[in-house]
Amino acid sequence: MSTAETTFAGEEADDASPYNFAYLDEQTKRMIRRALLKAVAIPGYQVPFSSREMPMPYGWGTGGVQVTASVLGRNDTLKVIDQGADDTTNAISIRKFFEKTAGVATTTKTTDATVIQTRHRIPEEPLSEAQVLVYQVPIPEPLRFLEPRETETRQMHALEEYGLMHVKLYEDIARHGHIATTYAYPVKVDDRYVMDPSPTPKFDNPKMDNCPALQLFGAGREKRIYALPPYTDVVSLDFDDHPFEVTRFSQPCALCGSTGVYLDEVLTDDKGGRMFVCSDTDHCETVRARNRARNA
Amino acid sequence: MRKPVPDDAADVPLMRAEGLTKHYGQRIGCQNVALEIHEGEVIAIVGESGSGKSTLLGLLSTQLEATAGRVHYRMLDGETRDLNTLTEAERRMLLRTDWGFIHQDARNGLRMGVSAGGNVGERLMAVGWRHYGNIRAEAVDWLGRVEISDDRIDDPPTTFSGGMRQRLQIAKNMVTRPRLVFMDEPTGGLDVSVQARLLDLIRSFVNDHGLAAIVVTHDLAVARHLSHRTIVMRHGDVIETGLTDQVLDDPQAPYTQLLVSSVLQ
Amino acid sequence: MTAAETISPSVRIRDVAKTFVMHLQDGTELPVVANVSFDVRPGECVVLGGQSGVGKSSILKMIYGNYLADSGAIEISGPGGAIDVASASPRAILRLRETTVGYVSQFLRAIPRVSALDLVRAEIERADARDEEDKDHARHLLSRLNVPERLWSLPPATFSGGEQQRVNIARGFATSRPVLLLDEPTASLDATNRKVVIDLINERKDAGAAIVGIFHDHDVRDAVADRVIDVTDFAPQTGTSNGAGG
Repeated sequence: MSTAETTFAGEEADDASPYNFAYLDEQTKRMIRRALLKAVAIPGYQVPFSSREMPMPYGWGTGGVQVTASVLGRNDTLKVIDQGADDTTNAISIRKFFEKTAGVATTTKTTDATVIQTRHRIPEEPLSEAQVLVYQVPIPEPLRFLEPRETETRQMHALEEYGLMHVKLYEDIARHGHIATTYAYPVKVDDRYVMDPSPTPKFDNPKMDNCPALQLFGAGREKRIYALPPYTDVVSLDFDDHPFEVTRFSQPCALCGSTGVYLDEVLTDDKGGRMFVCSDTDHCETVRARNRARNA
Repeated sequence: MRKPVPDDAADVPLMRAEGLTKHYGQRIGCQNVALEIHEGEVIAIVGESGSGKSTLLGLLSTQLEATAGRVHYRMLDGETRDLNTLTEAERRMLLRTDWGFIHQDARNGLRMGVSAGGNVGERLMAVGWRHYGNIRAEAVDWLGRVEISDDRIDDPPTTFSGGMRQRLQIAKNMVTRPRLVFMDEPTGGLDVSVQARLLDLIRSFVNDHGLAAIVVTHDLAVARHLSHRTIVMRHGDVIETGLTDQVLDDPQAPYTQLLVSSVLQ
Repeated sequence: MTAAETISPSVRIRDVAKTFVMHLQDGTELPVVANVSFDVRPGECVVLGGQSGVGKSSILKMIYGNYLADSGAIEISGPGGAIDVASASPRAILRLRETTVGYVSQFLRAIPRVSALDLVRAEIERADARDEEDKDHARHLLSRLNVPERLWSLPPATFSGGEQQRVNIARGFATSRPVLLLDEPTASLDATNRKVVIDLINERKDAGAAIVGIFHDHDVRDAVADRVIDVTDFAPQTGTSNGAGG
């Protein structure tokens, strides 16, 4: 999202392209932008929107794609990650989708991107005010685990009745001895709404707090949009005697040697060989390049 | 064995209903019911299915909206309020703190997928308890009081017998020390021996905690065992009210005489 | 009796009448008693006499509020002044039962899982709000009534009829309520236990309780009665009054 002028200037389709800019028609984009504005105005609140059919199956990020399509301008640079990686099928196909329908520049470098669509990770590189992070969300309702009635969960949000969220954490501790929820770990936003941060690892929860970048969440199948404006308080729920703890890894990344980053386990052979490497492929490559330069 | 009704000098009832009426379209749910209940008092509402007793319970507990009439309740701060004027937030707070509701079917009163401890702890967490150890200790305590051994604390109610589920419901409700508990056929569908144990437990809670309770039942033995006063309903109307032993031993209305004479001795 | 007459009565009954209407039998009316009027003073034991079925028990139950009186007044001096049971609210009657009026019959309404000792003790707690001595007093009464000590900690539901009856009497005499209604408490008791009950009644009288009783045993009646009121005198004028409410 660059300046307003450039962002929304090219509303007509590129002559060379059979698609409207970024695939969605302008009416739909305006509808989604209105939902986004409301979501930004009420941090953590789930705003309903009339989600469109997209040329990809539900579960592949249709919500995130619609949000991205609605905020993308011609001068934006798009990065798409899937579990931290730029090179998975899902990430590549969404990147190609926008290359084809919007003709925007794409990148794998976090620092170069102005819009980053993500499935289940936040880049290790700290984000800036000039960036927008768009999350793909499968289930936006954090209370659904214990209360399946949507009418009831909406009441609970309206009245700030969030005791049930702690019942979920209670069950965790009762069953596992500690809060075993490691992803989609519920947070309280701006001391008001409880929000599902999408299935990001709880490792990333602290990065959402007071983040300079605008964070937008789109759930296509569930037809909900929510948002965290820049510098919003995001607090992970916990108990006094079982405080929220960030996942810690006992070893550094096997490839770049980074510590304090989120690691994926990779199997290396059929004999039980495995290693732990950065989930954020861009971060890993950047550090390795820096290491090479230093060693050279 | 029933605990004395406290001699409240001010004698302001805890709850007072007047002219309570509920129509379901053309059909009458209940009609022009007046009722008062004081702390420490147990009222039984008896009658057959369709007599309007469950409708009345729904109206008193704000689960149903009255066609006409009012219910006043003396809130914890001492102020008596028309329940119609409560905000939704106040109403729901009342329902999960100062009131309890024991359903005939425990599945309506429990979260079946949540452990017994989580069920008991829910109300505590709802009012802001944030210390796992304290919540758990309180849950253990209350499970003990309803005679559920603490090694069942992490089991979900799906693994419990009918009687245990009802006892768990009681613990779940009692944990916030409500002043008024609504019970809808609390012993319905249980074996006779299990019923006796449950009634005994409810009675001791009423005695020990000075609870007020409104118990809907079609079982006159439940009314006799638990209640100070009895209200007899039929076709949506109150037929007879009075001291429970007087209503059951010297029934005045033809319908009450029929009810009493229908009980197997 | 002359001294007693100057003291205001604990129980004052005036013109009480009772008719049972049997709605299930085409509204058949069974008049039981009419124009019942008598007083009971503190320290006095009034025995209701007359044949079975004459309405003795109905009178006792009306005084307790268990039966409704159709007309008349039943005034009982309670802590806050006299209360007319015939017209009082259920709450007022319940309060009177807690503070003032005790009722002992030969039948125990057993409560599952509550031990004999706790039954008696709870009764003391309920009326007298004593705490420390409760258990001792309860033990004392149970042993006086020859309830075997091994039974004290058990719920009486499984006791023999006689044992249940004696637990019930222990309960009834456990408190110091100033008005005591006795509905054949000694029926089918052996001579030893009858003697115990006679002693208990006389102790309550000495303590100033006003007692109304029904006793079929003449030896008990003679040992406790200050006055016998023949309930036959209260027979309704119209029709016969057989059978109802005994």
